[in-house]
Amino acid sequence: MDRVKLFIPLIIFVVLAAMLYWGLGRDPNAMPSALINRPVPTFQLPELGQLKDADDTTLVVTGQTELLDETLFLGQVSLLNVWATWCISCRVEHPYLVDIAETGVRIIGLNYKDEVEAAQQWLAKYGDPYAQTISDPTGGLGLDLGVFGAPETYLIDHLGVIHYKHVGVVDDRVWRTTLQPKYQQLRNALPEAEK
Amino acid sequence: MIVERQQNASVYFLRGRFVSFRKATLLLLLSILCLPVWGLIEVDRLSSPALSERYQYLVAEYRCPKCQNQNLAESDSPISIDLRTEIRRLLEEGASDAQISDYLVARYGEFVLYRPRVQSSTYLLWLAPAVLLVLGLLIVVFIVRRQKRGVSATQTSLSEDEKVALQALLGAAENFQDKTANRQDKTANPSEAKS
Repeated sequence: MDRVKLFIPLIIFVVLAAMLYWGLGRDPNAMPSALINRPVPTFQLPELGQLKDADDTTLVVTGQTELLDETLFLGQVSLLNVWATWCISCRVEHPYLVDIAETGVRIIGLNYKDEVEAAQQWLAKYGDPYAQTISDPTGGLGLDLGVFGAPETYLIDHLGVIHYKHVGVVDDRVWRTTLQPKYQQLRNALPEAEK
Repeated sequence: MIVERQQNASVYFLRGRFVSFRKATLLLLLSILCLPVWGLIEVDRLSSPALSERYQYLVAEYRCPKCQNQNLAESDSPISIDLRTEIRRLLEEGASDAQISDYLVARYGEFVLYRPRVQSSTYLLWLAPAVLLVLGLLIVVFIVRRQKRGVSATQTSLSEDEKVALQALLGAAENFQDKTANRQDKTANPSEAKS
């Protein structure tokens, strides 16, 4: 019995060390969304609109006429990407979003607390991966979504229910290891008619 | 308000007497030290002192979602500014503290609460200190009791055989000491003889 007692400090040390080691590997910024398995909040916001080359010489701002709402997400599995021109990481992930959009992934943009014109210029310059872009200059929808910084990417199913939230840049590793498997799973669960 | 008064004071000071450029610069730099006071300016936007008081209390209660460990009052990140604005709006609309808490938790999760709710997932958190305290007290009581019993036990527990054995050991130890002392004398002597 006394021999066993001698090992108590060692056991405590090992348990503590294991816990602390486990804690080292955790991301202190990781915060699960409060909206997982909840529908996208209701909203009514304008489509960002595009810069269109009207007469081959000048760029003219068009759009901002169509009002979008949460029905935007019905019927298809989509990614909702929160971005802004002031967000440096968004610039980093942008080319990758263009790539995955080309493979047929539906990405909806949420232009978060940004200047409309700057955002339109950004899309004209770097390419537009978004099926549609919601313009949210005051950040109201961002607040309802629990956005606390761009970029953030939500995975939303065909019923408009949020399944996953990724905070930070979407790159090849993130897409292949976390987002794509979940995306594919939701796609496979789609009723035949909507595929 | 405090800042305003301070600015008025500095203007009066400047007008009333001749102040060198150096002094004025110093005054300006010193006023930067009062930066935390600027936070109070927001309070004045609320319609009543009672609301201001609740606002001050609430912004210290919630954690900035973007920061590692800062409450909404301390943080200057855009998200904190937005959430403070939102709390002011809710206060003006007559929301209760519980409603504001629900509003924030629905969007940003339990993460924003500095005082986690007592529920099944936080029982460990809330009860651990009390459990550890009781456990510690029990251990102290246990050790003290055992020591008391141990002291009284040694006074009577040596049997005759053990006493003999003890004396034999002590005798052997004395012999050993004498021998080593002799040896030391011998090793010391030759050097004395040389000199």
